[in-house]
Amino acid sequence: MKKTLIYLTLISSLIACKKEVETPDYNENELTAMTVEFDNIVGGQNLILNNSTYFNTAGESYKIDLLQYFVSNFKLGKADGTYFTVNQDSSYFLIKGSNRNTRFATIKVPEGDYTTLVFTLGIDSLRSAMDISKRTGVLDPSGGMDDGMYWGWNPGYIFLKMEGTSESAPLDPTGQRKFRYHIGGFGGYSAPTINNIKTLTIDLRNRGIAQVRKNRKANIHLFTDIDKVLSGKNTISIAANSSVMFSTFSTSIADNFMEMFTHDHTEN
Amino acid sequence: MLALIVLIFACSKADMNLPFSGFINPAHFPQPVYKFANNPVTKDGFELGRRLFYEPRLSRDNSISCGSCHIQSSAFTQHGHDVSHGIDDRLGRRNSPPIMNLAWMPNYMWDGGIFDLDLQPINPITAHEEMDESVANVISKLQDHPDYPALFKKAYGSETITTATFMKSLSQFMLMCISSNSKYDSVIQKLGNTQFTDEEAAGYKLVQQKCGSCHAEPLFTDNSFRNNGIGTGLNDDPGRYEATLNETDRYKFKVPSLRNLAYTAPYMHDGRYYRLDAVLAHYNSTVQHTPNLDPVLINGGIPMTAQEQQQILAFLNTLNDKNFISDKLLSEQ
Repeated sequence: MKKTLIYLTLISSLIACKKEVETPDYNENELTAMTVEFDNIVGGQNLILNNSTYFNTAGESYKIDLLQYFVSNFKLGKADGTYFTVNQDSSYFLIKGSNRNTRFATIKVPEGDYTTLVFTLGIDSLRSAMDISKRTGVLDPSGGMDDGMYWGWNPGYIFLKMEGTSESAPLDPTGQRKFRYHIGGFGGYSAPTINNIKTLTIDLRNRGIAQVRKNRKANIHLFTDIDKVLSGKNTISIAANSSVMFSTFSTSIADNFMEMFTHDHTEN
Repeated sequence: MLALIVLIFACSKADMNLPFSGFINPAHFPQPVYKFANNPVTKDGFELGRRLFYEPRLSRDNSISCGSCHIQSSAFTQHGHDVSHGIDDRLGRRNSPPIMNLAWMPNYMWDGGIFDLDLQPINPITAHEEMDESVANVISKLQDHPDYPALFKKAYGSETITTATFMKSLSQFMLMCISSNSKYDSVIQKLGNTQFTDEEAAGYKLVQQKCGSCHAEPLFTDNSFRNNGIGTGLNDDPGRYEATLNETDRYKFKVPSLRNLAYTAPYMHDGRYYRLDAVLAHYNSTVQHTPNLDPVLINGGIPMTAQEQQQILAFLNTLNDKNFISDKLLSEQ
């Protein structure tokens, strides 16, 4: 009896799993590739690493020398209220400020007209706790301390990493005035803790819906305003908080993520 | 049942000519919590993991291995070091814990921050004061090595080394570091004619009464996190708080096992006690009221007479597992 129960649980969990990764109404081969472009800007300027000087709402000037963030779990909605969820195994992207080729998230969806884009800034809790064999590609936790997006001591992904210099930052032992923001936190595995996963919903109707057709390549062009990390609904002062990593204060920065993304236009 | 006992005995002799037994759950231990279904222990996987455990290429300048701070003769701790001593003579801030009975632990490290053994090695490999290397770089060093690609192929079917196969292989070795052959284990399992002396038997009763609520049998830890009143220490280490950011976890550390204490001095998360009598003296008379002090210690610690302390020390000696620290299966080959 007990064995049967275990088998039953196993089978039902397998079925449950299957539902999550496949959309039964669509054949994977019939899907069409499209892209979501994450075009990094800072206030009214382009992001140029190690070069341009920017100003936050706290009135501080700063330069950015490293910027990386994860976007994941893409979903596209139609005017009738239905959503298509992209195959989760192919729905994780690392956008790097240092490499313009990484700005496109290529996803596969059925043909159709889409009016809403939903995605996550960060990595969902399920994937954050998954067996290491499921953490390949950008999720491979093998990166180094410099550009790695993973915490080894309290396992979890860094959702957004932004580093740079500012005259407002305190002098560190190496003689630099650096700021470092490493923001993550998926809610904890066995004991609850901070959750900085943010789900963004973008209405595409004002600036152009995505018309996905075979033999064409729709591109939803978003602006990611990096200044919003410091200058959103919470004003973050570099002088007061030059280094923010796994801490309760990080939630104030993560709340600002909600304002980073705007839809500029769609190329169909 | 009998067959299992025989197997355990065979295992304890560590006869290298015997066929590899894989992971065997000692009869008097609870079910392990490690998900073996995702990483079954095989001979090839274990042997590869053992070689990796003793492989200095895991560190930035190829100078230290896992085995440098987890020495088998010290029950896989760094004997004599209050805090771990890593690359370039850098010092960590915590005492290196034993690689022992990990299959029964729900999480790892003094603060329990790591919830999956397969993710654990990333921490010491990348920590600045430990191995100061990147996992990607270790994998490329191993990939270029004359032996490793073939060993990975033998264990996992591919010469291409991945983070997953690298980590899982290390897990296989660490999971086999089982200490279950102390005198206590023989008495409990009624193996042979092994019996406690009167002093040990008295100490056993005292440990059950006075220590058992945290140091629960048979692993001698309940894997909980507690502030045992030793005071905050020089570096004000917040312990479990760092992993949960929950104020009620500040100054709490994982309850360590009482097994193999003879080999693992010094004691506590920062190695501040060099002898066990000093540890007992602390519980008896120097418990400090820092935030989140464990409720069982609030009313005057754990009073013990001098005779009781002697009896407890006698019993703790029965938890030392000579076989574990000399088992050739777990040694550098």
